[in-house]
Amino acid sequence: MSIFCDIKKRLGDFTLQISFDTKEETVALMGASGCGKSMTLRCIAGIQKPDAGKIIINGVTVFDSENKINLPPQKRRVGYMFQDYALFPNMTVEKNIGAVLGKERLDELPGLLETYCLTGLEKLYPRQLSGGQKQRCALARMIAMSPEIILLDEPFAALDSFLRWQMEQEVAAAIKKAGKSVLFVSHDRDEVFRVSDRVIVMHQGKSEEITEKHQLYKHPKTYVDALLTGCKNICPATLTGDLLEAKEFGISFPYRQGELRGTGNLEVLDKREEKTAIHYIGIRSKSILPAFLVAEDTKAFRASYTIEQTIENVFTYVLMVRLPEALQPLRWEMSKDIYQTLADHEAVLAIPYESIYELVE
Amino acid sequence: MDLFPLWNSLRISLIATVITFFLGIFLAYYVVRLPGLLKGILDTLFTIPMVLPPTVAGFVILKLISPKSRLGELVRKYFDSTLTMKWYAAILAVVVVTFPLMYRTARSSFEAFDPDIIASGKTLCLSNTYIFWRILLPNCKAGIIAGLVLAFARGLGEYGATSMVAGYIPHKTATISTTVAYFWQTNQDEQAVKWVLINLAISCVIMLIVNVFEKRVSYGKEG
Repeated sequence: MSIFCDIKKRLGDFTLQISFDTKEETVALMGASGCGKSMTLRCIAGIQKPDAGKIIINGVTVFDSENKINLPPQKRRVGYMFQDYALFPNMTVEKNIGAVLGKERLDELPGLLETYCLTGLEKLYPRQLSGGQKQRCALARMIAMSPEIILLDEPFAALDSFLRWQMEQEVAAAIKKAGKSVLFVSHDRDEVFRVSDRVIVMHQGKSEEITEKHQLYKHPKTYVDALLTGCKNICPATLTGDLLEAKEFGISFPYRQGELRGTGNLEVLDKREEKTAIHYIGIRSKSILPAFLVAEDTKAFRASYTIEQTIENVFTYVLMVRLPEALQPLRWEMSKDIYQTLADHEAVLAIPYESIYELVE
Repeated sequence: MDLFPLWNSLRISLIATVITFFLGIFLAYYVVRLPGLLKGILDTLFTIPMVLPPTVAGFVILKLISPKSRLGELVRKYFDSTLTMKWYAAILAVVVVTFPLMYRTARSSFEAFDPDIIASGKTLCLSNTYIFWRILLPNCKAGIIAGLVLAFARGLGEYGATSMVAGYIPHKTATISTTVAYFWQTNQDEQAVKWVLINLAISCVIMLIVNVFEKRVSYGKEG
């Protein structure tokens, strides 16, 4: 089970240029909306034609611009789950699935209905189903086709948060059982983390290297990685001599190689002999701590702050705090217990060096 | 009372509607998927009969099939007959005049239909023929039926092009509309009124059918 994809396609004002190679696993394509994620899936399924490149599914070349190969979707056997499920509105649940099974395999219908909890809904039309039921029906219909691989296009985006959690688990379990490799598109970092094994980050039509998910979330390497994995404080940084400055946040401290996260980037950049090795720094809103909770000998950046805004969440507080001479505030999130104790101490915060990301463009 | 014009109008309109139906949906299906420029050109060409006076359509048809045309000459040579002034000549006139109605309603229904549903049918390995007949058409039923009824009704009332290519020959080419015109021109108002009333009755029935269908086309809608 594998997908090889190396394609180019012009899309309005940018060019989709994506390349990856996956094995038997669940891979997420993550990116902001409009970055070309869905278009990539459509090209793999054969609904859209790339301008150039090659797509190979389980060893079968389904698209090759050089050798003029472009198999129709019907010959690719790619299971594609659309964002709004694309059930046939004129057919009941059993007819939707039955259409795919055909007369010869119609005896498999009861089994599928049972597996996907659709028993009792056979005679209903799609518009009479709830979001979760529609999704299960689309899933059953897709499995009925016995796909080589499965593509999911923002599969949970249309569900409310409670159902979303449940369907995520159901779909993941069903797919694991079917044993297919899955390519899954999402902009939701939590969903990506829960569902996938590896992640391809996309930005404005370009794909970055495929990364193991823990690696990506712990060590984001680029500005986009950090942004998409939910890092809230990112700003440009310059390195002059050994002084690292992030002027927008009013942060500056002596820089020592290896103290911050993401030293891998520096090595790469040093080879290019660039003087300013770091382009951005990123700080997660939960990595900021009140200074009194950080041991004296911990290597950390410390500064006094003023609170500009306090936002109460269900379980946490979010503070917008400004450091001296900063152009914009930092976003700082903490538990309610810690928030209660802030007033008893001096207004100084600490950011351990090891939780500051060095990021490249 | 001689009911030939009623029967003749119905058969002309029915046959023409069947032809228009298939021609309309197939051409609409292909035009929708064409690239920009070609689509624009064909779209204009297929819609023109709607805005032309029917007499212009009749004139063009006569240029193509009258005894003086090349086709007409061939027919006269081999069959010793003509294509014009026959009841079936009116079918051609009615097809030309009603085609844009069917074509345009079908085209806008096809365009309004979610392309992802078609795409999902393809990824599920369903043939294009199956997708067209079993998914696209049933879901565009409302628009297609509206177009069909409009085309049929327009065909029943066709006068301009029909009178040019088929004329008014009692018991041979007379239709309801040419009969009304004939009785009026010959000062037989009483006869004309009868046909006017028949025409009104047919129109009412057609509008009723349209209304009934409009209410019945949603799948799985309750109530």
